[in-house]
Amino acid sequence: MAISQLNRRNFLLSAVATTGALTLGISLTGCSQDSVRPGKNSETQTFNAFISIASDDTVIIQVPCSEMGQGVFTALPMILAEELDADWEKVTAETASADKAYHYRVGWDDQATGGSYAIAGWYAALRQIGAAAREMLTEAAAEKWGVPVAECKTNKAVVSHPASGRSLGYGALVGDASKRPIPENPILKSVDDFQIIGQPKPRKDTAAKVDGSAIFGIDVKLPDMLIATVKTSPTFGGSVKDYNADAALAMPGVRMVVPVPAGVVVIADSFWQAHKAIDALNIIFDPGPHAELSSDKISETLQMGLDEKGLVAHEKGKVHDALKDTNNEILTAVYDTPYLAHACMEPMTCTADVRDDFCHILAPTQFPTNVQRVGAEITGLPLEKVKVDVTFLGGGFGRRFEMDFIEQAILASKAASRPIKLIWSREEDMAHDFYRPISRIRYRAAFDGKTGQALALECRLASPSILARVEKLPMDKVDRVMVEGLSDQPYGFSNARVDFIRKDLGVPVGWWRSVGNSQNGFIRESFIDELAHMRSEDPYQFRRRLLVAEKRHLGVLDLVAEKAGWNDPLAKGHYRGIAVVMSFRSYVAEVAEISVQEDGSVKIHKITCAVDCGTVVNPGIVEAQVISAVIYGLTAAVDGEITIQNGAVEQSNFHDYPALKFGELPDIEVHILKSAEPPTGIGEPGLPPAAPAVANAIFAATGKRIRSLPFSKHGLTIV
Amino acid sequence: MISLTINDKSYEVDVDPETPLLWVIRDHIGFTGTKFGCGVGECGACTVHLDGAPVRSCSLQVSDAQKGAITTIEGLSPDASHPVQKAWVAEDVPQCGYCQSGMIMATAALLAENPHPTDAEIDDSITNICRCGTYPRIRKAIHLAAGNKGEI
Repeated sequence: MAISQLNRRNFLLSAVATTGALTLGISLTGCSQDSVRPGKNSETQTFNAFISIASDDTVIIQVPCSEMGQGVFTALPMILAEELDADWEKVTAETASADKAYHYRVGWDDQATGGSYAIAGWYAALRQIGAAAREMLTEAAAEKWGVPVAECKTNKAVVSHPASGRSLGYGALVGDASKRPIPENPILKSVDDFQIIGQPKPRKDTAAKVDGSAIFGIDVKLPDMLIATVKTSPTFGGSVKDYNADAALAMPGVRMVVPVPAGVVVIADSFWQAHKAIDALNIIFDPGPHAELSSDKISETLQMGLDEKGLVAHEKGKVHDALKDTNNEILTAVYDTPYLAHACMEPMTCTADVRDDFCHILAPTQFPTNVQRVGAEITGLPLEKVKVDVTFLGGGFGRRFEMDFIEQAILASKAASRPIKLIWSREEDMAHDFYRPISRIRYRAAFDGKTGQALALECRLASPSILARVEKLPMDKVDRVMVEGLSDQPYGFSNARVDFIRKDLGVPVGWWRSVGNSQNGFIRESFIDELAHMRSEDPYQFRRRLLVAEKRHLGVLDLVAEKAGWNDPLAKGHYRGIAVVMSFRSYVAEVAEISVQEDGSVKIHKITCAVDCGTVVNPGIVEAQVISAVIYGLTAAVDGEITIQNGAVEQSNFHDYPALKFGELPDIEVHILKSAEPPTGIGEPGLPPAAPAVANAIFAATGKRIRSLPFSKHGLTIV
Repeated sequence: MISLTINDKSYEVDVDPETPLLWVIRDHIGFTGTKFGCGVGECGACTVHLDGAPVRSCSLQVSDAQKGAITTIEGLSPDASHPVQKAWVAEDVPQCGYCQSGMIMATAALLAENPHPTDAEIDDSITNICRCGTYPRIRKAIHLAAGNKGEI
């Protein structure tokens, strides 16, 4: 590392400390000298933690979020490049290593990717960072030429002075520019002047993903690295009683056997050798306290929970009077949703290199700074000695927020004193997920039969708690993520109440794409549909009537109704269903069109989506994400279910936890509402309305109300 | 010793003959574009060509691959210029990208045998799994590569 670069960073760091402004993100806290990377090109100069510029004006942007398919590798650089006036064709992206510099500036003090927050959380900050750098580059040129800054212009990584015809590329200016004071309030572009934001720019990671060169967690190579795999207790809460290490060590290529919490890691020269040796260990497990747990018992527990006292998650007025009044139209319905696995295409993987005085972790992770903390904790090293690099993620969906596979890799490398790449089998992945929580909900609603006034909506939810583990949530506190979509439901009932009955069941639960909204969206939008039918009202118009004060809900509802031709006649034998859910501050309405075949199977012909996610950075990626979320949600709704027997998961691979494939998919059409609101989430919000839109269409077609998922439970096949 | 021909080059590897071809390609030869997804031939992330035919390399013993010519994503073209790769770029197909090597290999094999597949033929032939749900853009890309512009 050149001294001049160190000095420049220190200078910038002090500049940040002095101004105290929203900065260019310079921070050396908790990072090794390498973690603010100068880019791959040796002729590249580091401007700050986010920007490096090469002599040919190529701009290398550090991406502070993990690329797991959702497009941050492209969309986040677009934001910065817009304000920087970079040449988009000469922008390259790199995923940032774990560092305090890459913590969100608002809302979330960590380097983490989740909650559909990447664009929402970084939009304002990356514009500021890009604009400040552009001003500094312009000032550097103006000073060099001895002309007023106001007479200079920037375009495609070049500063020019039209009056004198001079121009200089950013690559020639970065050295001087980065030494200048950082402007506190850089002037942002007018939205009308955007040239990059709002365009369907092709993804920056596509090239590497079509020729096999993209590096995922499973592809990491380090000198002297060995490969490991793991087997942990199939029963949740179980532990290892005994195993035959000698049998494994006698096998070719096997180097070491390392106990880890609730399991054993085998280290070998190759994955296949480790994988074979795992079986040879013949591990005997103590099944622990949940050996008798089954899906039937879980179902009973949740059913009983519905009549227990819970915690009030939301209360407006009093629901009971209206629900008791026999003059009112009353409807009660109980809904069930199952545990779900994430089933990322890339099974859990992590590479760790633990030495006496440093630790290097290379992982496909959604939570790099937590990986760094976990690394420090396990190794006993100070945080700044733990370097975390983030590879591409072969899917995330919330699963890669977890630390279990990271911890195992670190423990294995610590024991072996050399780099270890840990790769889970698909079977381990399926049996040891942090599942979408199972839930059971009883809804009751009361309407005035004459006026149609929505008098009361009562919702009782019995489920495990995600935050019980993640935040050690006390028993007397409502798990806010379990009730999202319920306690903040938008329909205009005069009285409303949501009770949360927490049932900790021993099955690990966690973040699954769109979290509470995934199951609650299905249940709420199905029940609202039931109410529309009880009232003999059109499901779209009924929603409109109860959402009269909800402008953005109405916006997407009206758009989807128009685009799907809600009021137009359907082809013979075709039926429609509609649903609308706001999640992660984005609004999505969907209409499903289906038909029922002669053999009773259901064909989903089309899902039409209308989306309001505020300002759109890249409409191509927004479209892809909504389609992605719809397919992920439909896959789960059609036949996704994790069941428990003898305290263990019954499913093991894609044959019994299938994914939708070609031929099972509807056409999916995405319409984006034009909006000047700040950008909001898009990785998840397309998911919640998909299942209820289809279920509501199935009701329209068959009169059969689907009150539990998956559809396959009801003898329904989707073709 | 097992002799293999991968991407027109000969390799000798000292492995258990029962080792799946996938792990020989990844761990012993060092081509990592071919991915591990399920290990049981369900997902297709490990698809490579054996004498031009698509095979799921996680479920093929390396000893059974000795006589044929193996092609991985790295050998499909020297510079991502295969029509299928170009179509993937044109439609900006990949999201997480993990399944795409397998999808591209499966498609290249399909088009070699059936240059203008209908949608129904695509449904029957491409049974790979994509958890990101890139299927609609893959379908467009297949038609683009086939030159039949989405007609069925």
